[in-house]
Amino acid sequence: MFLKKVIAASVLAVSAGGAHAACEISGRVNIIGNEFPAIHAVADGAKECSGGEVKANLTADHQKINVAGMTGNPAEYTSAIIANSSIVALMNEDVIRPLDDLVAKHGQSLSPNQLIVVDGKVMAVAFMANAQHLVYRKDILEQAGVETPTTYEEMLEAAKKIREAGLMENPIGGPYKAGWNLAQEFNNMFLGHGGEFFKEGTAEVSINNEKGVAALNMMKALSEYMNPDFLTHDSNATNAEFRAGNVALMHMWGSRAATMTEAEGVTDDVKNGFAIAGPLTVGGGTTPASTLWWDGWTVSKNITDEDAEATFVAMTHGIAPERLNDEMRPLAVWLIDGYEPTEAAQGVYDAIQSETTPYPMLPYMGLLHTALGTELSDFMQGKESAEQALADVEAAYTAAAKEKGFLQ
Amino acid sequence: MKHRTFFWFILPTAAAMLLFIALPIVSVVTQSLHTPHDAVLTVTKNCGPFGCKDTTVIDQEATAALRTAEPLGKFVGLDIYFDRGHLAVAEVAQAWRTSDGLGAFFSQLSNLPFYRAMAFTLTFTFTVTPLMLILGFMIAVAVNTLHRHLKGLVIFFSLLPMIVSPLIGSLVLFWMIDSRGVIGAALQWLFSDPNLSLKASTGLTWVMLIVYGVWHAAPFSFVVFYAGLQTLPQDQLESAQIDGATRWQRTRYVIIPHLMPLVTFVALIQLMDNFRVFEPILGFNSEAHATSLSWFIYNDLGGETRLLSSAATSSVLTILGVAILLAPVLVRTWRDFNAKV
Amino acid sequence: MASKAQQAPAYLRIVTVAFVVLWLLVAAFPFLWTLWGSFKVELDFFSKADWMNALTGPRTLAEKGSPFTTDGYYGAWVQEEFWRSAINTTLVCFFVVCTSLTIGTLGGYALSRSGYRYTFWLLITALIFRAMPPITLVSGYLLPFFEWNLWGHLATTIIVLVAINQPFTLWMLYSFFQKIPKELDESAKVDGCTQFKAFRHVIIPVMWPGVITTGLFSFLLAYNDFAVTAMLLSKENQTMVPKIASFLGTTQTEGNVMFAVAAVVSATVPLFILVMFFQRQIVSGLTQGAVKG
Repeated sequence: MFLKKVIAASVLAVSAGGAHAACEISGRVNIIGNEFPAIHAVADGAKECSGGEVKANLTADHQKINVAGMTGNPAEYTSAIIANSSIVALMNEDVIRPLDDLVAKHGQSLSPNQLIVVDGKVMAVAFMANAQHLVYRKDILEQAGVETPTTYEEMLEAAKKIREAGLMENPIGGPYKAGWNLAQEFNNMFLGHGGEFFKEGTAEVSINNEKGVAALNMMKALSEYMNPDFLTHDSNATNAEFRAGNVALMHMWGSRAATMTEAEGVTDDVKNGFAIAGPLTVGGGTTPASTLWWDGWTVSKNITDEDAEATFVAMTHGIAPERLNDEMRPLAVWLIDGYEPTEAAQGVYDAIQSETTPYPMLPYMGLLHTALGTELSDFMQGKESAEQALADVEAAYTAAAKEKGFLQ
Repeated sequence: MKHRTFFWFILPTAAAMLLFIALPIVSVVTQSLHTPHDAVLTVTKNCGPFGCKDTTVIDQEATAALRTAEPLGKFVGLDIYFDRGHLAVAEVAQAWRTSDGLGAFFSQLSNLPFYRAMAFTLTFTFTVTPLMLILGFMIAVAVNTLHRHLKGLVIFFSLLPMIVSPLIGSLVLFWMIDSRGVIGAALQWLFSDPNLSLKASTGLTWVMLIVYGVWHAAPFSFVVFYAGLQTLPQDQLESAQIDGATRWQRTRYVIIPHLMPLVTFVALIQLMDNFRVFEPILGFNSEAHATSLSWFIYNDLGGETRLLSSAATSSVLTILGVAILLAPVLVRTWRDFNAKV
Repeated sequence: MASKAQQAPAYLRIVTVAFVVLWLLVAAFPFLWTLWGSFKVELDFFSKADWMNALTGPRTLAEKGSPFTTDGYYGAWVQEEFWRSAINTTLVCFFVVCTSLTIGTLGGYALSRSGYRYTFWLLITALIFRAMPPITLVSGYLLPFFEWNLWGHLATTIIVLVAINQPFTLWMLYSFFQKIPKELDESAKVDGCTQFKAFRHVIIPVMWPGVITTGLFSFLLAYNDFAVTAMLLSKENQTMVPKIASFLGTTQTEGNVMFAVAAVVSATVPLFILVMFFQRQIVSGLTQGAVKG
């Protein structure tokens, strides 16, 4: 306890002596968000604030809880940390407030590209970016005599050579687990082919076209070079394969690149051969077959103005540029002013540079994602045609969108 | 017992069940008959770290008015029950009209999520329940013949599969049955097929889930049957032996009838639990090959946009399904009860 | 005990013993394997390269200088403070078992002693209640619980677990009380006792075996529950099973599988002890009551 106080005191002294003023709030702060180190760092920053109670509930189940926890009045949670896919659920239920007044008052340290503006109103503040990009083994590619692929077609070529050279049986990896992951891979591939999920300005889905079929066929072709269990492999399992040295090429989340070879027991071959590159394109397109993501925080609507202000101040402090030290820097690809990408962040940075499409922030995108997740696995197992699978997706989506009132 | 006394005795448990189960059931049934209001959509300009784009959002003000007018949502009757995600009445009728022959009809039917889930759930329920009853009975009989000192230890190890949370139990096994895990490798060696993978084929995944189901549930029936064996009527057994009954006949005509009430109890609980199979599907990552109604609910509630009405409908269908499954057992209990009164 | 006359022939006894041994292998093997693997590093535990690695642990040896490591345990218990979850689980289990048995015993006793038709319908209703998938119930609770500030507390979770488990408890206890002769409390009532006094002085002393067995099933439910505890408890009140699940990581972030494995083994230890302690009661309890459908 004593030690804690000393540390707290020295932290205060350091921050007082630093460029920014100590964080002072007068209200209640309670954060709900996902659980991973970058978010922990932000929440810890918010907790440095004094003058009011700051609590955080960081859990993988945050999405199941946040809407309910922000619905009551006053809401249990004053802030939810979300991503561009999940902010939609909060906006659909109308539980987050516009932040324009608070940005004007307290948001000097925020850079304009951090502000998520919907219909002219700031609805969230983004602090980190994420994207899927290529992770590969340079030693294996060298041995097989192939260049680092930049397209999925080249990836297939490379995989073929690696297999023929007897270097690896299943050189391609990917989070193709039926459900959310598989749907996400389809999204990537479909966007890479230049597809649009919905008819302009409506909730009517339009994926059953040649772009959708091409996307599925590419996924099928890739899966030929994957471990036969690929439909059960989420990103954890895919990573485990890579670490075990069974995979040479995979499309993986940027947020995982920093720790990819840090797990105990990874062989030196894998450690030294590990390399990353930007996302791949497909089908001759120029937009990478990937999606951009941001994580950011919001402020609840159903709380008092004092609490909202306190929350805004504390959360802004959590992502203040001064807090970006050596410990925090490698945790994510930060969107904070003054952030220099680390080596592990290069893939995500490339994704941003090459104008990858952001994951669509549409009220009904979640429904399509779920429908894709349940209906595509039959095609991947070769049980039905691509057209049939896409027709099933459209039917499942339409039923769900009707239920939610997006389609009449 | 007087009504009044009965009331006071039953009050705490009844209150707990009313509050936490009956009320939610009422609200779930209501929910399944309503859907959210039609959303008023508008196109606006959205900006973020990756630039600006025109996107569609919900017009909150216009939607709010609808919501306050009818807070329950739009009454849709049984529409959700009949939509594609559930009973899919229109699709089934369509399949019936267009398909020539029963085979084609069933293959179209199996493309609908509800019927595909039912195919697995019912197969699972009707294989696991009898198999676990038989296995449990065999273990109980075998353990009963063991030496007294060994019994404690054996019972203890036998209970292991039941006492570990299904979520964790199936996770552990999932790691082991990987094609390079210990069980996976053993099976490849056994069938001398180096490409054998339990996780890649639907049939093998079903077998795996069923084996897990039996493994997990057998200790339950074992414990109950073992207890039942302790109260075997010795005099009946002996008289049967004097009459020259073989070991098999004694088992068939004395032991099994004695255990029959226990079989009913175990079957009742197991039919219900197996029909609601969920954790193994999640633990074995087998969504691609096998789903169940409980998994539907999880999927509806776990997405970015939650489908509350759909989840409510699946829940009501689960209850109805269980009621239908248990009907024969319940009728039997009713007769027993009346005979007693 | 089988009498001398019923002694099985030798071949049958060999078959029986072989069967039991086989069953024990099947029942216990996954746990022994996990126990062994929990002292390895992740790559050996998964052994994606070769399953033999899980036995010999070459990567553990290369990394730690010995084929065994307790890092997983250290990480889970010290670094991730798994002991907090252990305390929470203990609290939840204790109160769930006590509450569940108290109200279940009263209810089960009343059901077994009342001959009116409504008792049958009550039992059937309870059974139908049990059919409701817990996950639906829990998602229904969220909104009111947040509204009334009940969410996140251990007490709320305990009451919910008790309520969800009441149908099973009632059925089981009802069956046990059926086996206790009615004459016992009837004669006490003739002697001038009220129903409750008869219950307290005559029934309570003889009901323990049944209560203990039912209590064990209640305990297992509370101990193993994931659906309720994952959704209704705040982070600091988390119990063991959701905590273990949180070690496993999510789509975009790394988990620490070895922490989870070590925690799984740790979570099983109290159950080992418990079963060792109560195995006689479980069986004798069932014997006394001989559950009846």
